Amino acid sequence: MDARQDNELTPVKNLTAVGRKSECEIIVTRTFDAPARLVFQAWTKPELFKRWWLPKSLGVSLLSYEADIRTGGGYRLELDIPGHGSMAFFGKYLEVTPHSRIVWTNEESEDGAVTTVTLEEKSGKTLLVLQELYSSKEALERAGGSENGLPEQFEQLDELLLSLGGA
Amino acid sequence: MVQYNHSSFDGSFAALSDATRRGVLERLGQGDASITDLAEKFHMTLTGMKKHVGVLEQAGLVTTRKVGRVRTCKLGRRRLAEEAAWIDRHRRLWEARFEELDQVIDELKRKEKVDGRKARQ
Repeated sequence: MDARQDNELTPVKNLTAVGRKSECEIIVTRTFDAPARLVFQAWTKPELFKRWWLPKSLGVSLLSYEADIRTGGGYRLELDIPGHGSMAFFGKYLEVTPHSRIVWTNEESEDGAVTTVTLEEKSGKTLLVLQELYSSKEALERAGGSENGLPEQFEQLDELLLSLGGA
Repeated sequence: MVQYNHSSFDGSFAALSDATRRGVLERLGQGDASITDLAEKFHMTLTGMKKHVGVLEQAGLVTTRKVGRVRTCKLGRRRLAEEAAWIDRHRRLWEARFEELDQVIDELKRKEKVDGRKARQ
């Protein structure tokens, strides 16, 4: 029954879900049609990572990128953000466990989050769960202006609204 | 005092330029409060707090309602819409990233298949 239905359906796009887990925490989930090993590879090989981390729609270009993706290693990305100039993002990898877990810090500002990615494989597919833990609710709200910046985020009003509580 | 009625953009800009007003918004993010509560919390006279709330109200960041003698303040719709917009921007970013990641992964899958065939030959 299930198999028949599968044949009739056109492949459904995997959905990216984003939610606020607590005042300081954001959670993002997504399934990939591949074993965890390949998702891990695409995330931890710098030459592969830089092919997807800055989607074209972001309109941001990569000026330089260095990364040593292993527990205790570090990374540094320098971006050219239209209307904003160059901006550097850097931090450390707190944990890199093959095929299951990547944890890194963002240290370019006090508001930087600790991000944890876990990969869970089930029948050849991989569920990716990404958690961003900020030091405070305000830091989370201000984070809208980081590399997560889609162009409209750099509008002055947005910046101000997102900086609420930064007294 | 400056007039804050040029446009909502200028209004928000001016409304948020003051530390007390940003504090008031943060406080209202935790729950509604009366002008009296806010005045006490920010060690201010009622008149002073009324002025601040007035500026926030004009900018659409706060709404107030008077019941009896108490005026209650709550976050305006714009502020709440901002929260939803934040989540939406985040979702769009990750979605765009993951779509490109899918392509990289597809390529790795194809490569593994080819390599696997070669290894068996």
